[in-house]
Amino acid sequence: MLKMTHLSKVYRTEVVETYALRDFNIDVKEGEFVAVTGPSGSGKTTFLTIAGLLETFTGGEYHLDGIEVSQLDDNARSKIRNEKIGFIFQAFNLIPDLNVFDNVEVPLRYRGMKSAERKERIMNALERVGLASRAKHYPAELSGGQQQRVAIARALAGSPRLLLADEPTGNLDTQMARGVLELLEEIHREGATIVMVTHDPELAARAQRNVHVIDGQVVDLAEDPRFHTAYTAAAGQVRS
Amino acid sequence: MLGYYVDLAVRSLKRSPGLTVLMILAIGFGVGASMTSYSVFRAVSGDPIPWKSSHLYVPQIDVWGPKGHQDGSNNNDPPDAMDYTDAVALMRDHRAKLQSAMYRVSPSIVPPDASKHPINVGGHAVYSEFFPMVDAPFKYGSGWSAAEDSQRAAVVVLNGDINQKLFGGQNSVGKTVNIDGKDYRVVGVLDNWNPKPVFFDVVNTGGFTTGHEDVFIPFQRAIDVGMPNDGNTNCSEIPKGSGFVGLQQSSCVWIAYMAELDDKAAVTAYHDYLDAYFRDQKQAGRFSWPLNNRLRDLPAWLDSEHVVPSDTKVSLLVALGLLVVCLVNTAGLLLAKFLRRSSEIGVRRALGAPRLAIYTQFLVEAAIVGLTGGALGLLLTWGGVHGVSWVLPKEISTLARLDVGLLALTLLVAVVATMLAGLYPTFRASRVQPALQLKSN
Repeated sequence: MLKMTHLSKVYRTEVVETYALRDFNIDVKEGEFVAVTGPSGSGKTTFLTIAGLLETFTGGEYHLDGIEVSQLDDNARSKIRNEKIGFIFQAFNLIPDLNVFDNVEVPLRYRGMKSAERKERIMNALERVGLASRAKHYPAELSGGQQQRVAIARALAGSPRLLLADEPTGNLDTQMARGVLELLEEIHREGATIVMVTHDPELAARAQRNVHVIDGQVVDLAEDPRFHTAYTAAAGQVRS
Repeated sequence: MLGYYVDLAVRSLKRSPGLTVLMILAIGFGVGASMTSYSVFRAVSGDPIPWKSSHLYVPQIDVWGPKGHQDGSNNNDPPDAMDYTDAVALMRDHRAKLQSAMYRVSPSIVPPDASKHPINVGGHAVYSEFFPMVDAPFKYGSGWSAAEDSQRAAVVVLNGDINQKLFGGQNSVGKTVNIDGKDYRVVGVLDNWNPKPVFFDVVNTGGFTTGHEDVFIPFQRAIDVGMPNDGNTNCSEIPKGSGFVGLQQSSCVWIAYMAELDDKAAVTAYHDYLDAYFRDQKQAGRFSWPLNNRLRDLPAWLDSEHVVPSDTKVSLLVALGLLVVCLVNTAGLLLAKFLRRSSEIGVRRALGAPRLAIYTQFLVEAAIVGLTGGALGLLLTWGGVHGVSWVLPKEISTLARLDVGLLALTLLVAVVATMLAGLYPTFRASRVQPALQLKSN
C-alpha cells in the first residue's frame, strides 16, 4: 500500500544541508494499522507529510498504492490525496467558517461529486462518528473530541485507501482520546489501512505494528541505543 | 463549482466586514473618480464623424507670413482660418470631391405670429456641398443645389429644434422663414444635428459651445446680404476698408474651410494644388515669404487645435493615478486577508484541492469585491457626472453623461482592476505550502 525505499528529504540553505529523512525504508501492507513513533524532531511528521503527498522528497522511491509518485505534477498529487488518502491532524484543522456538514463536504467538493451523493456520504460518515445530530453546528460549538470526530468523518467520507493520522489524540484529554482511538480501531477492523504518527507509547501499543524513527531513519528498537534513551524520555513526559 | 466558490467568498467577506468595507470603498472611489473623468474625456475626445473623419481635410494657407506667427503660440503654423479672398478662390477652383467655406452667423428669425418676439439663432453660412460632406442627417427635404449657391438663392436649412419652435416639428419644407427681415424658403430640416465637437468649424466655436446650429444659409447669399461674422476674426494688420466689406477685402482670417478627399492620390493632388495656388499668389505679389501651407485630416486638425481641453486630460490622468493607488491598497488588503487564511488553504490542499482550485476560489473572492466596489463606483460616477459642472466649464460638463456603455464599462473596470490587484495575493495564496501550515498547527 505504502512503500518507501532509500527515501531522503534534505532541507538546504546556502550554508547547510539538514537531513530530515535519510535512507528511510518502510513498507505498509494493505489493511495494516501501523504506528510510527519516535522523539520530537526525529522526522515522523516529515515522513507523514511526504506519505500524504503534501511535500516532495529529495531522493529514493515512494510507491503509493502501486504508483511511483516522484514524477507526478501538482494536479495528479492533489487527485491522489483527494481520492486515496484521508488525513487526521492533531489540531483537527477544521475550517471555522464552515459548519460540520460543510467541513466534511470539502474533499468531496474537489472530487466533483454530485450533491445527492455528497449528502449521503457526509451523513453516513457523521453517523459513523456519532455526530449526525451536530451537522449544522460550527467547530467552535464542539468539544475537542467532537471536533476530532468531525475530522475523522471528513477523512472517511471520501472512502480513502489510506488514513494518515498525525498525533490524533495529542490535543485531547484521556477520555476523549480513548474514544477517538476506539473509533480508529473500529475503522481499521473494517479494513482501512492506517498509519499513525505518535510519540505516545500507550497509543502506539494499540497498533498492529510499530515503526520507530530516530534522526530521520527507521531503526530496529532492540538494536539501537538511541531509541531507548529517547523512548524512555518521551514515555516519562507522557506519564507526568 | 463556481457557486461553491461564490458561497465561500461571501462567507469570507462577511467574516471580516471592516476589511471588506475598506476594500469596497477603495475600489468604489478609485473607479468612481476615474469613470467620472473618463465620461468627460470621452465626451470631448471622441471622433465626431468616425466613418469619414480620415477623408475630411482642413487646408491652411500662410496668408500672413512669418510676421503673423510672432506670438509663438502655434509654432510656424499658418493661420487656422482663411481670409475671404483665398476661401472664395479655393471654392471657385473646386479641386476636391466636396468642399465648403463657412462662417458663423447669428441672425434673428421673425416668427409668422407677429405677436411673438424675434428669435436669435445661431448657424453657419455654407456651400451646398457642406451637407453631403459632413453627412448631415435630414429629417425632411435636403440641402440646396450648387445652382442655388451661384444664384445666391434665399433658401435655408433648419435644425430640428428651431423647426420645432417655428413649425411645431412639422415638415416645413417649402414654407417661408423670415430671417433678418428677408424671406427664406425652407429646403430641408435636419434631425437635431449638433455634433460635439463642432468639427467642421472649431476655429469659430472652439470645438465646444453651448450655442446650437439652428440655421444654414448659402455662403454667398449671406455675404450678399451683409450677414456679419459671429465667429472669431484674426488680423495681422488693421483692415484698410471698414465694415463687413472691408473685412472681405482684408487679410483677416475668419472663414473655416473643409474638403473631402477620398484617397491618398486625391490628398497629394490637393496639396500640390494648394502649393501651386500659393506660388501663383506669390507671383502676383500677394505673398513675399516661402511656401508654408498645411493640409491636415480631421483627427490631426482637432489635435493641432487642442480641441480636447487640457483640464480633462489632466483630470483623467489624476483619476487614473488615484485608481492605481486604490488598487495597490486593495492588493495589500487582499494579500493580508488571504495569507491570514493560510491554514485553511493548507487544509484544502491536504484534502485534495489543486493549486488551480485555490487560485480560482480566491480570484472569485477578489471579483466579488470588485463587483461590489463597481456598484459603489457606479453610484459615485452618477454623482460625479452630475457634479462635474462645479469644476469644469458648462459647455464641457454638460456633455458628460452616464449611459449604458459607461455603466457596463464602470463595472468591467472595477471587476477587472480588482482581479488584477488580486492576482499577486491569489498567487501567493495558491503557493502556500500545506505541509508547513499543518506542521505549524
